[in-house]
Amino acid sequence: MTGVFYERFTRHSHGEGLKGLSTHYCAGCGHGLIHKYLAESITELGIEDRTVAISPVGCAVFMYYYLDVGNTQAAHGRAPAVGLGHKLANPNSVVVSYQGDGDLASIGLAEIMQATQLGIPMTFIFINNAIYGMTGGQMAPTSLMEQRTTTSPSGRGRMEGGPMRMAEIVAQLDGPMYIERCALYDNKQRVRAHKAIKKALTLQMEGRGLSFIEILSECPTHWHMTPVESEQWVKETMTAVFPLGVKKDEAREPWFHPDPPRFDAEHVVDTIGVPKREPTRYGAGFPTHMDELEVGVKFAGSGGDGAQTIAAFLNKAAINEGFDSTYIPSYGPESRGGTSYADIRMAVGEVLSPSCPEPHALIAFNPMSLEKFGPAVRPGGVIVYDSTVIPEPPSFDTSVKVIGVPCTEAAMDIGKRLIKNIVALGAFVAATEILPAEALLSVMEDKLGADCTMLAMNTEAFNRGMAAAGTSPGTVGR
Amino acid sequence: MVIPSKKFKPTPFMFPMLCKACGRCIESCPQHCIEEGTEVDPVTGLTPVVVDLEHCNYCGLCLEACPEPKGLMPLPRGLDTNDMVLSDPFTFFDEERDRRPTPETVPDERVPLPALEPMVLKGTHASAIGAVLGGCRHFFGYPITPSTEGAELMANLLPDLGGFFVQAVSEVATANMLYGCAGAGQRSMTFTSSPGFSLMLEGISYMIGAELPAVFVNVMRGGPGLGNVGPEQGDIKLVCRGLGHGNTHALVLAPASPQEMLDLTMEAFDLAFRYRNPVIVVGDGYLGQIAGRVTLPDHLVKPGLPSWAVYGDAAHRGNLHTSILLNEPDLEAHNRHLNDKYRRISEEQQRWDAHQTEDAEWLIVACNTPARMAQGAVKELRERGIKVGLFRPVSLWPFPVDGLTEALARKPRVVVVEAGSGQLEDELRMALSRRGLAPPRIDHVQRLGGVLPQQREIVDRVAALAEEVVS
Repeated sequence: MTGVFYERFTRHSHGEGLKGLSTHYCAGCGHGLIHKYLAESITELGIEDRTVAISPVGCAVFMYYYLDVGNTQAAHGRAPAVGLGHKLANPNSVVVSYQGDGDLASIGLAEIMQATQLGIPMTFIFINNAIYGMTGGQMAPTSLMEQRTTTSPSGRGRMEGGPMRMAEIVAQLDGPMYIERCALYDNKQRVRAHKAIKKALTLQMEGRGLSFIEILSECPTHWHMTPVESEQWVKETMTAVFPLGVKKDEAREPWFHPDPPRFDAEHVVDTIGVPKREPTRYGAGFPTHMDELEVGVKFAGSGGDGAQTIAAFLNKAAINEGFDSTYIPSYGPESRGGTSYADIRMAVGEVLSPSCPEPHALIAFNPMSLEKFGPAVRPGGVIVYDSTVIPEPPSFDTSVKVIGVPCTEAAMDIGKRLIKNIVALGAFVAATEILPAEALLSVMEDKLGADCTMLAMNTEAFNRGMAAAGTSPGTVGR
Repeated sequence: MVIPSKKFKPTPFMFPMLCKACGRCIESCPQHCIEEGTEVDPVTGLTPVVVDLEHCNYCGLCLEACPEPKGLMPLPRGLDTNDMVLSDPFTFFDEERDRRPTPETVPDERVPLPALEPMVLKGTHASAIGAVLGGCRHFFGYPITPSTEGAELMANLLPDLGGFFVQAVSEVATANMLYGCAGAGQRSMTFTSSPGFSLMLEGISYMIGAELPAVFVNVMRGGPGLGNVGPEQGDIKLVCRGLGHGNTHALVLAPASPQEMLDLTMEAFDLAFRYRNPVIVVGDGYLGQIAGRVTLPDHLVKPGLPSWAVYGDAAHRGNLHTSILLNEPDLEAHNRHLNDKYRRISEEQQRWDAHQTEDAEWLIVACNTPARMAQGAVKELRERGIKVGLFRPVSLWPFPVDGLTEALARKPRVVVVEAGSGQLEDELRMALSRRGLAPPRIDHVQRLGGVLPQQREIVDRVAALAEEVVS
């Protein structure tokens, strides 16, 4: 019956005098007993080396003075998050998150709910003494109705709400497999508490699941009682509100045995999707007929128009052709229905300003976009718009080539309204000759990969667009 | 006949000075062997309980009832009570038995990569891939525009790499998961954006206090409050001057392209572990979204395990991470130690890029995407015959005052370009002031509200200023 305690508590005021041998807990406090059952269980299970104990904020903040295991002290309420970080860092570790009622049931509610909901094998020990000990006797989320504390001086009332029954709350979640509420007020309860802690550790050790042990614990100092009166108060008053016993106890097979992290070059390169070969170049050079050094294109529509997709295609194709190119999307926070713009800039040298306030070309999918950006297109530039959606476009600078293509109509004709953007892309490529059609088609093919039906539809859409803009259709040249 | 196994029957023993007289053992004893004491212990001033072994049946219940780790304990085998009474607890509990050898640091390995094709990546994706190549296998985060794509890519990649992706309940939890994971000596990171970063400040302060390394990528967006999802640089003050409570600093890196998002994120892990401190990578919303060509490095990092890790194994069992030091001299010494580290970072990690500053009569100072816009402006202004250079801080904390001093040697007029209301400028001013240098005249181009200063605005502003000087 020896627990995994340090021989000398050297972290307690440098271990000077009595502090090197005794705890900082008041006489009659329950923490010492729970530490003892935890320490003894760890020894009994032989997991001294694997255990990582998370000390909370509260009276147990200095648990690491005593337990001779790996120790981390956490911010107030965050022990479950810190513990989860430890557990995933080393799945073989046995992580114990030890928390009081202010820590777990007030400031750390979000963290405890998530950690227990996840159900990753960990052990939670929740010390409920219905009061804030460390800060001097303030009301806890578990304080009883009418309990007087320094912040409920006339007794906890309706305005303060009722006590939180954490064991029952956590038992509502699917994550935990074993939940029990114990007490310390007599031999029988103490033995049960010890057993519960040991069982909780065992379930984690075996990779079975998560346990939550709530322990009703005495705080004679802030209850203004003797240790004996405190035990009586737990037995007679607290247990009436916090019934003792097992709240959940499921059988689960061991499941938590994750693979170790991988660092082998081939696998990593494969996983991050590095292109396997140099992309084919289809073009002769930079589209100098548009600009000597740098070309800007704007795509404008609503979310769902597919402006981003074709912008990304053009960007990729330009880079494949050996130019520097940037693609910057700008859209509202909504996934569908908000505005959706994209700027492409491609350059012989380095692209410096990624935005295109004055684009060389514009693809517009709706009247608002056309009205907004059309006037900004440079003299001699190109505008391609969806004439199904915009039957009557405004007039622009006479030097700008304005091409209406019934993108939506063509796409519906092919059988998929969504690919109107590809029709527009084909028309845009034909109208601007910005890059060879093959350069775009090959990016599209890479993207769609094995989906032959989709590829055929998209290729047809592209070719329809090209034809509509008045040039011969393109083909994939391979 | 079954012979019952002989169970160890403990004899209770206690050093009186280690009894707090709570009396739990008294009611625990079925034989009523324990009584309240009447004699005052000269060391504690308390009245320890008195154990009378005459009727003891060695059930051990009193041992289970004593809350003190070194209170009531079983009499060690081979010793009798008299031996124990005479012995001194300070020699009986021998601190030597706590000593363990300091664990060895397992060094990081650089795994060579073959020559690889460049990738076309948006800034957040480039950063995520930088993290993976930098040895990060643990991601914790909460989705927030415009940083989420980075998290999404990590969610895709990490399971195939034997890593973990956790969508945390909040950014508060995120930072604390990083605290735990970093505490175990692992390379971990998060992606976030301004409002989320505000919530991480608690954890960051604790990490700095406990000297734990992790990488935070903050893709800054318009603020204050919920602001908008446009690009801004309004968190420069926060990352340089306001990393939570207390005496905190962290290395802050400001990439300006998807390539640098990859390179600096990857290196950030080395730096975080070198200094045992969080490293913050700040981008603007544009940089997070902008996609461009990215060249991959020639190696990846297979992390080792630092000696200070609380890993959950025998070698690291003696380690502790905490940020609480109740004893004032201890906390003061700890802060001096942190200051030494900050000084070291300030000396070793000033990073900048000086572009055509040698003959510059005008010096634009800008970082992140505005620096690219500014570089375009430099080109355009030079074509007009105005001698302009660009000074781009790559580390925002420490501010690269060495490089700035050099760039200011010919006394150019300074124009600070930023998507913010002078936070970068304040860093520049403070850096010069701490150097004992009077700041030059500073003009600025500032945009706010989720908008970046554009090349045109920079050109117009500098040209107008140059015009003023001529006339």
